[in-house]
Amino acid sequence: MNIVVSLKQTFDTEAKIVLTGGKIDATGVNVVINPYDEFAIEEALKLKEKFGGEVTVVSVGGDKVEASIRTALAMGCDQGVLVNDPTLENVDEWAVAEILAKAVAQIPYDLILAGRIAVDDGSSQVAVRLADSLNLPSVSSILKLDIEGDKATVVREIDGGTETLELSIPAVLTAQKGLNEPRYPSMMGIMKAKKKELKVLTLADLGISAADVASKMSAPKFSLPTPRTAGKKMSGEPAEQAAELAKLLREEAKVI
Amino acid sequence: MKFELNDDHIMMRKMVRDFAEEEVKPGAEERDEEEKFPMDLWKKCGELGLAGVTFPEEYNGVGADYISYAITIEELSRVDASLGVTISAHSSLCANPIYKFGTEAQKQKYLAPLATGEKMGAFGLTESLAGSDASGTRTTAVKVGDEYIINGSKIFITNGYYADTYVITAQMDKSKGNKGIAAFILEKGTPGFTFGKKEKKMGIRSSATYELVFEDVHIPAENLLGEEGQGFKIAMTTLDFGRIGIASQALGIAQGAYEEALKYSKERSQFGMTLSQMPVIQFKLADMAIQIEAARLLVYQACYMADQHLPVSKYSAMAKAFAGDTANFVTSEAVQILGGYGYTRDYPVERMMRDAKITQIYEGTNEIQRVVVAANILKD
Amino acid sequence: MAKGIWIIVEQTKLEIRKVSLELLSQARTIADKTGEPLVAVILGKGIADLAKTVAEYGADKVILVDDDKLADYTTGAYTSALNKIIRKEEPQAVLLGNTAIGKDLAPRLAHRLGVGMASDCTGMEYDEANFLTFKRPIYGGKAFAEVTANARPILATIRPNTFPVVAKASQPEVVNETAEIDAADLRAIVKEIALVASARPELIEANVIISGGRGMKGPENYVILEACADVIGAAVGASRAAVDAGWIEQKFQVGQTGKTVSPTLYIACGISGAIQHLAGMGSSKVIVAINKDPEANIFTLADYGIVGDLFEIVPLLTEEFKKLG
Repeated sequence: MNIVVSLKQTFDTEAKIVLTGGKIDATGVNVVINPYDEFAIEEALKLKEKFGGEVTVVSVGGDKVEASIRTALAMGCDQGVLVNDPTLENVDEWAVAEILAKAVAQIPYDLILAGRIAVDDGSSQVAVRLADSLNLPSVSSILKLDIEGDKATVVREIDGGTETLELSIPAVLTAQKGLNEPRYPSMMGIMKAKKKELKVLTLADLGISAADVASKMSAPKFSLPTPRTAGKKMSGEPAEQAAELAKLLREEAKVI
Repeated sequence: MKFELNDDHIMMRKMVRDFAEEEVKPGAEERDEEEKFPMDLWKKCGELGLAGVTFPEEYNGVGADYISYAITIEELSRVDASLGVTISAHSSLCANPIYKFGTEAQKQKYLAPLATGEKMGAFGLTESLAGSDASGTRTTAVKVGDEYIINGSKIFITNGYYADTYVITAQMDKSKGNKGIAAFILEKGTPGFTFGKKEKKMGIRSSATYELVFEDVHIPAENLLGEEGQGFKIAMTTLDFGRIGIASQALGIAQGAYEEALKYSKERSQFGMTLSQMPVIQFKLADMAIQIEAARLLVYQACYMADQHLPVSKYSAMAKAFAGDTANFVTSEAVQILGGYGYTRDYPVERMMRDAKITQIYEGTNEIQRVVVAANILKD
Repeated sequence: MAKGIWIIVEQTKLEIRKVSLELLSQARTIADKTGEPLVAVILGKGIADLAKTVAEYGADKVILVDDDKLADYTTGAYTSALNKIIRKEEPQAVLLGNTAIGKDLAPRLAHRLGVGMASDCTGMEYDEANFLTFKRPIYGGKAFAEVTANARPILATIRPNTFPVVAKASQPEVVNETAEIDAADLRAIVKEIALVASARPELIEANVIISGGRGMKGPENYVILEACADVIGAAVGASRAAVDAGWIEQKFQVGQTGKTVSPTLYIACGISGAIQHLAGMGSSKVIVAINKDPEANIFTLADYGIVGDLFEIVPLLTEEFKKLG
C-alpha cells in the first residue's frame, strides 16, 4: 500500500509573531512539522508496517522545508518531494492544492493523508481541495482508520459526537488529534534519513506556469491584535471574592 | 573551524529534547522524591537508539559520533540528570570498553544487545578502599581451569541491580599493583553474584546505585576483557571516554537550571520590575550563560578529539572538570535567583542543585581531573 | 442584477444551528446596504418546515434541497448539489458557519467552483470595491489576516459567536431545487452517527465556557466545573495539560491543538495560560481567571481574576450564580 502524506512546515506553536514591513517575520522562529501532519505521518507509517508499500512525503515551500521532510524520513517515511519555486511567495490554498495535485499525480498512491488543519494560517483547506482536484473522496478530521482491501472505514469527529463512514480508496483523509501518538524519529532513523531521496521540483518540472496558479484571493493584510491587559483582581475572603466576581459579571460585564 | 552543528545533530537534539520534555520531564520530580528507577523510560531510550549512539551499525548501534552522544546526554540531563547518568554509565562504562577491548565474539554477544537497549550495562571499578586510587583494589580473580573465580565487592555502582551486563575489575596479582588488575564481563544471575546496599543519595536519586557482591563467582575464561593485567588500562581508557558523558550530563544540568532561572526572572516581579530588569540578576544570568557556553565548547572539543581518534584524555578531563564546576555554580545561582521558591521542591532547581554535586565527584573527582590535566600538560 | 448573499444553513436532526442564524442576522445588514437579496439554502431530508425558522431571521428567499441522499451530511453529496445550484444562480457570496461541516464542505465546494475562500473568519465588512472583506485570526489568534476574493462567488466560513442573532421577520419566497448529485460524489457512506447526549451547549457555540487545566489535579474534580456550568448554561472545556494527563476527553480541549472558541464569557480555572491555550480562547469577550498562582500568565489578560484555590472558589461562585438566578 503506497501512501502520500501532505506535509506543511509551520512555526512552532510557541513562536511569537512579529510583523516586519507588513509581513510575518520568520527570523529566528523555530519551524516544525505542522503538529496535525505528524498524526498523518504516524498513521501512514502504521499502515506501511501492516501492509507494506512506501510512504512519500510531499510539500510545497522553501528551502527550510527540507529539514521537516528529513524529519519525516527519519520517522520512517521512504522519500520526499518538495515543490520549491521562487514564484510561490504568495500563493493561496487553491494554488497549493493544484500544485500538490500535480506533484502527487507523479507518485503511485492508494491513500493520501494530511493534517486536518495547519496551525499557522489555520485555513483547513488544502487537503480537501487536493481531494477535489484529484477527484477523490475525502473525509476530514478522522479519529480512527481501518483499511480492508480497497475499503476504508473511518471514524471522524463531528460537532457533538462522532460519525462512522465507509469509503473506497484511494481517498484523502485528514487527521485529528487522537488518531494516534506520533513516534519520535529514532537515532537510527535520523542516520538513515540523509540517504533517502528528497526530490526538489520547480513549477516548470510539473508543467505549471505562474499564471496557472494565480491567487484567487487577495494577498493578506496582516495585523497584530491589541494585547489584552490585566483587569481587576478580587479581594477579601474567598466568599467575598466569589460574590464580588458574580456581581461584576452581572452588572459590569453583563455576561451572566 | 566551524562552530555549528550539522543537520543530523540538529535533528537529534530536537528529537531528544522533545522526548525529554514530553516523556521524561513530567515524572522527574516524583521519581526523585521516591527514588524510583524508570525502567519504562530506559526501554523507550533503547527504542530511540539512545543506548547505542556511538557504536557501529554492525553491532546494532546507531553509528553516530560523540557529538551526537554528548547531545543525547545533555538533553536528557537538562530535565533529568538521573536518566542522563543511566544512559552515560551504560554506554560509556560498559558498552564502550567491550567495544574497544572486546573480542569479536564478545562484541556480538554483549555489545549488540547493549547497543539496542535490550540489555543494560554497568561498570564495577570502585571499592571501599579503592576510590580515586584503583591500586587499592581488593576484589580478586583467580584462574582455575577455564574459569576465573571472583571474590570481593564493588560500591557505588551506577545501574547496579538493574543492569544485565557488568564490566568489572579484579586484582590477579597484588605484587604487580595496577598491572595485576584484569577486567571481566559478568552477567547478572551468575551464581554468587549478588547485590548489597542500595545507596540513598543526595542527588540523581532516581538512578540506581548499588553495591555488587562476589562470592566465588565463576566466570568463563572467554569473558576476560582484553588481557590479564590490562584491567587498569581498560578502566582508565574507559574513564577517559566516560568523562565525556559526565561532562555532558553536567552541561545538561546547568542548561536546565539556567533556563528555569531565565524564565522565572522574566515572570517574577519585585519592587515594581521583573527580576530580569534588575542589573544584579542580569549579571548573574550573564555569568551563568558564559560558563555554560564555555563548558559546551570544551565538551564538544573533547567529542571532536574522540571522533577524530585523537588523544582524548586531557580534553575529556578538562571538559568534565569545567562542566562539573559549571553545573554547581549555575544551579546554585539558579536557586539564588528563585530565592525561597528555589529552595523548595515546588521548583526543579532544588533537585538540579542536588544533582549537580555528583558531577564533581564520580568518574574521577574534579581533583583527579586536574591531576590528569596536569599529567598531560607536564609530560611534553 | 443582484445575485444574492447566500447562507448555507446547517441543521442537525432538523434543528438549525445557532451559527447559521448569526450569519443570517449579519448578512441581513449587508443585504440592506447593497440591495442584494439574502438567501437561506437548506439541504437535507424532510426540511420543508425549516423555511419558517429562517423566515424569522430576515431571509428574502429560501432554497430547499430535499433529497434522501442529503439526509446525512457527506462531503461529496453536499458539494455536488451545491455546486450545480451555485453555478446556475451565481450568487455574490456564499457563507457557512465554521463548524465541522462548514470546515469540510466549504473548501471542497470552493475548489469545485474554482474560487478562493476565507476560513474561520471573525470579521466581515462590506465595501463597494470588494463587496466583502474578511478578517481572520491566524497563528492561533497571534495575528490577523485581512483578505478579499479575486473571483466570484466569494466563499467564507465564519466562526460561531462572531455575530449576534437578531430576529427579523420576513416573507421569503420558498424555492425547491432538485439535488443533482454525481455518482462520483457518492463514494463515502455514513454508517453511524454517534452524538453524545449532553444537556450542555456545544463547545464552539457556547456563550459561556468554564474550563479546567492542570490545577484540576484529577479527572474526578471536573464535577465541580460541571455543577457550575449547569447553573449558568455553560459548556465545560479543558486545557491541553488536563487532556494530556488523561483527565478529560480530547474533544473538550480548547487551544491551538484543540477547539477554537469565542464565547461571551470564558472562565479559566487552574489554567496557567500557556500560549497554545490562549490561541484557542483569546477572542473570548470576557475572560475570568481563577488560579492559586498569582504569577500565572492567565492573569495578565483576564478581565477579572481571583487568586485562590479553585476547589474553594468555584463552588462558592456556583452558589453566587444560583443567587443571581
